[in-house]
Amino acid sequence: MNVVLALPLVAPLMGAALSIIVRRRAVQRWVSFTALTASLGAAIVVVVRVVVDDEILVSRLGGWPSAVAITLVADRLAALMLGVAVLVLCIVLAFAIGQRASDERSAFYHPTYLVLAAGIAQAFLAGDLFNLFVAFELLLMASYVLLTLEGTEAQIRAGTTYVVLNVLESMVLLTAVGLVFAAAGTVSMAELPARLAELPDSVRMGLHLLLLVAFGMKAAVFPLFFWLPDAYPTAPSSVTAVFAGLLTKVGVYALLRTETLLFPDSSSTLLLVVAGTTMVIGVLGAISHVEMKRILSFHIVSQIGYMVMGIAIGGEAALAATVFYLLHHIPVKSSLFLVQGIVERETGTSAFDRVGGLARRSGILAAMFLVPALSLAGLPPFSGFLAKFALVRAGLDAGAYVIVAVALLASLLTLVSMTKIWTGVFWGEVMPSPAPGRIGVLRHHRLMTTAALVMIGATAVIAALAGPLYAYATDAAAQLVDPALYVKAVLES
Amino acid sequence: MSAALVVLVAVLFSTGTYLVMHRSLTRIALGVGLLGNGVNVLIVTAGSRPGEPPIVGRDGTPTDSVPQALVLTAIVIGFALVAFLLALAWRNWTLDGNDMVEDDVEDRRVARSSDDSTRSALGIPHHEDVET
Repeated sequence: MNVVLALPLVAPLMGAALSIIVRRRAVQRWVSFTALTASLGAAIVVVVRVVVDDEILVSRLGGWPSAVAITLVADRLAALMLGVAVLVLCIVLAFAIGQRASDERSAFYHPTYLVLAAGIAQAFLAGDLFNLFVAFELLLMASYVLLTLEGTEAQIRAGTTYVVLNVLESMVLLTAVGLVFAAAGTVSMAELPARLAELPDSVRMGLHLLLLVAFGMKAAVFPLFFWLPDAYPTAPSSVTAVFAGLLTKVGVYALLRTETLLFPDSSSTLLLVVAGTTMVIGVLGAISHVEMKRILSFHIVSQIGYMVMGIAIGGEAALAATVFYLLHHIPVKSSLFLVQGIVERETGTSAFDRVGGLARRSGILAAMFLVPALSLAGLPPFSGFLAKFALVRAGLDAGAYVIVAVALLASLLTLVSMTKIWTGVFWGEVMPSPAPGRIGVLRHHRLMTTAALVMIGATAVIAALAGPLYAYATDAAAQLVDPALYVKAVLES
Repeated sequence: MSAALVVLVAVLFSTGTYLVMHRSLTRIALGVGLLGNGVNVLIVTAGSRPGEPPIVGRDGTPTDSVPQALVLTAIVIGFALVAFLLALAWRNWTLDGNDMVEDDVEDRRVARSSDDSTRSALGIPHHEDVET
């Protein structure tokens, strides 16, 4: 049994149990950081072992035999996602403490945040479908609480939509898991590829579609994204930063697993259409809004389209591009929400008609927005350019010209909406007028600024180390296109 | 597989789906409860023939214990979901006296402004918006 694999989900859960008993905020903060640091350490060990030993790590909790054990599996993709996720969770926690928002002062914030961390870690490591369902429930339950923690009218209104739709998504997923078990007699992801291949085509297609609907809803792809831009803006920025960076990516990760491991030889025209419409509708939604948080929320939807595009094209090159896109997107999206959090903390709002001229008050804050924004739009030399370039090249090689054209158009529109935020928030008259002697913004929010800068630094590191990281992504994709490796590693452990 | 259980699953799913379509949160919570039970019965049905004991040590062949474990977990999760939905409904009721699921405020604004621009483009006079 590999203890390092269990630690990223056990440590936060223990921390959560501890901090719900000890209600003093100082102790809770300390517990949260200890638990997340332990997770981070374990995640780094997992990544190193996956790379150095070039193996797929498998752990059966309690040492039970394969059929009944809770199996945790870390291949290159899972290890990478785990590492990035825990890092982002640590940085955002520091930001949340610095933000001094009312929710972090609640006695339930820290336990819930740790449960969220455990759920995310478990989702990436889950070795069977039911375990994946439980992981989704863990992180969703925590997200329901974090989203509605303040209990204001706006939060309850938006939270209701979010909770109801995600509960339905859980029901669809559970039904899919039940039917998969009925048809194949197992839910283990290592045994399923062989068992599913024996089933009649019609049954396979039914199961495939059910799983696609469930994971697609979680990932917020085109016809199933409506809950996202409505719910996310009502939460505090620190919460939205985690949700935006990680929750939808868990859905993308599950889609990636479904498409490569469970149904590797299925046609992907449906996913290509979904990817294209997601990109365009998401970015059009972003352009139609006049509030920074709303625009950024719609961009989450749009960006998911690019990742689904890579999954739909398939093959090693496109999957490598998708993995790199995931890696780049998580810190970039989170850092944009962190910058938005600083803007909101300073001015009380981020609606364009009530805020402006921030670039004149703090050039560094403007730069902190500009770097991830241009990266998101895909301009060189930022990480987004490399991710989009790899994706477009894979698309051209595969002959998917239409989707490549749509992707480039959506990039252009992304740039337009980022310009809209820039002119609305950072240019123009200084609004609202700052208190006397308070021109600089950042020195009043040291911890928030440091956290945001670390996150932006992470995106810069991704751009600077793109060579080795892309090689890692290519190796991860090589593991994904050959499901036999995964199956062999789990069954023979 | 028992026909009665299959019919039960169908009934639970259809009534659950019907209730979830409503705007009242209480009904949605009831619908989610029914849907959840439908799925649970589905998993039990999928796992074994009716009447077979789920444990080793009694007469007859023991059934697969995996679906039993799955259903236990699913029941607990379903319970938590319904409890949270009811808590939301209660909070909604204390805030504004009903438990209706409302439209997004910002969406309504965008819809109205695009409606306005369509109207002015076509030369149709504006009318009072009842909802606001």
